[in-house]
Amino acid sequence: MWGKRLFIAVFLIPPLLLYGIFVVSPYAQAFQISGTNWSGLSPAYEFVGLDNFRRLLDDGYFWTALKHNGLLLVLLPVATIMLGLFFASMISVGGRADRAGVHGVRGSGFYRVVYFFPQVLSVAIIGVLWKEMYAPHTGMINGFLRGIGLDGLAVAWLGDPRFSFWCVLAVLVWMNVGFYVVLFGAAMQSIPRDLYEAALLDGAGRVTTLVRVTVPLLWDTIQVAWVYLAIVAIDGFAVVQIITDGGPGSSSDVVGLRLYKTAFADGQFGYASAIGVAMFFLTLTVAVMFLRVTRRERVEL
Amino acid sequence: MALLTETRPESPPETSAPKTERAVPVVSHLFLVGWALLTTLPLVWAVLSSFKSDNEILTDPWSLPSRLRWENWSRAWGEAHIGRYFLNSAVVVTGALVITMLFGAMAAYVLARYRFRGSRIIYFAFTGGMMFPVFLALVPLFFVVRNLGLLGTLPGLALVYAAYSLPFTVFFLTAFFRTLPTSVAEAAMVDGCGHFRLFFRVMLPMARPGLVSVGIFNFLFQWNQYVLPIVLMQGEGAERKWVLAQGLTALAVNEGYRGDFSGLFAGMTIAMLPVLAAYLLFHRQFQSGLAAGQLR
Repeated sequence: MWGKRLFIAVFLIPPLLLYGIFVVSPYAQAFQISGTNWSGLSPAYEFVGLDNFRRLLDDGYFWTALKHNGLLLVLLPVATIMLGLFFASMISVGGRADRAGVHGVRGSGFYRVVYFFPQVLSVAIIGVLWKEMYAPHTGMINGFLRGIGLDGLAVAWLGDPRFSFWCVLAVLVWMNVGFYVVLFGAAMQSIPRDLYEAALLDGAGRVTTLVRVTVPLLWDTIQVAWVYLAIVAIDGFAVVQIITDGGPGSSSDVVGLRLYKTAFADGQFGYASAIGVAMFFLTLTVAVMFLRVTRRERVEL
Repeated sequence: MALLTETRPESPPETSAPKTERAVPVVSHLFLVGWALLTTLPLVWAVLSSFKSDNEILTDPWSLPSRLRWENWSRAWGEAHIGRYFLNSAVVVTGALVITMLFGAMAAYVLARYRFRGSRIIYFAFTGGMMFPVFLALVPLFFVVRNLGLLGTLPGLALVYAAYSLPFTVFFLTAFFRTLPTSVAEAAMVDGCGHFRLFFRVMLPMARPGLVSVGIFNFLFQWNQYVLPIVLMQGEGAERKWVLAQGLTALAVNEGYRGDFSGLFAGMTIAMLPVLAAYLLFHRQFQSGLAAGQLR
């Protein structure tokens, strides 16, 4: 009996200590610090109650950043999931159809491997790479535009407040689509082939089949995809910080970057923690809303 | 267009099907090749640019390098310290991965296989960590690490990586240990095998497929970290301890006024190729590992 207890203690206490010190205690302290005016320089600070949150309500920079996260929250999952479904269905049922049924395209394995490339690259590499891609003179994009005679379109993509946010969105979509092609592709493999054949026999085209047959059957997977893309959209920090640093002005700012700058550039640790708490409740709200909205009857096979 | 005409209800499927059907694979390939190019061209461009001279980069971004300038690579590796950052990353991730897998497997095994008071609470405490955005913890974490004297050190960063990898690792491995058959463990116990031996000699080898999946997921999570190192590797002398992600972005910022474009591309290529090569060798494991991570 003692052997068992000792064993449990030896196996649980080190992981719990590590987890408690570096994960649980910072999360708990964040709520406490968000109620102070701590500047980090001196150990002295006072409790200011909800003042930080009141200040947050009037902070134009915060609202601009929040608006960008909101846009990302809508546009990133929609664009990524639609592209993912589109390419995944092309790979798995985009080939010829004959008596033996619907086929995937040739070389489907090749596409799955290649599409996954951005997923294994670190976000820092992707950020730096795209910063160079968008560069006005040396970038690949403007080089291409000038090459086909569209010199007028070769603008300073990241230096223009009208484009900077969309440039960031494009990178986020680019880096995420491949993963969902693979994910949806794997889910489509589990759909019985004869369902497609029946649909095609009934005269449904491939687009109809995708919307009416595939999407309902993949609904669970799509929901999971939505949750993870929402997490990416609420974050967005690394790509924004590397590519535009939130600028020009605050035209591509996001909440995570606001928090980082408020804390580690301005030293307003109390206020930064309040932004963190706001982000936490934003995540929570999105999760709850999501669960409400997507509650839909499952299709049972 | 073939896709659109197909959906028209007035065209009887019996006659129209063969014609449009023949076009379908062609259209599919057009779109698929298009996205494949969009994915690979930027990467190829970075590799090619790493061999160009700054002058070639400035005059035409689409030109090919006139010769292979490996000196760009050695400049990036040495003068721009990409080599040092690479080694730092390797040290941190190796250390973090060992701690993550060992601690994660230990906690998950106990939580999956032993009944004791509080086990459910501990399980939920671990897995609940997946719900919180890391930004919430950022400010206090900085001070926790600083007060422990670990700010700007490689062991400190490794411990933090491991701690933030535990929720998913425990969650995944607990589910995995539960699926393993109990008969082997019981037989071993009857033969007088102790708890510790049972874990290291019997259960860990049996859990290998699960450990590999979650290991690959954790490797990519830790290797690709960005926000944790830039917050925790600050302070004097911290540049020497920077990891690859940080060093590369700093290089990208400096490149602006130093004008060393080719060195930046070389640094990017050095950072990119090992992971891509590992992926091409083990792409099945990578994909299943990441899919497992996403479908938690």
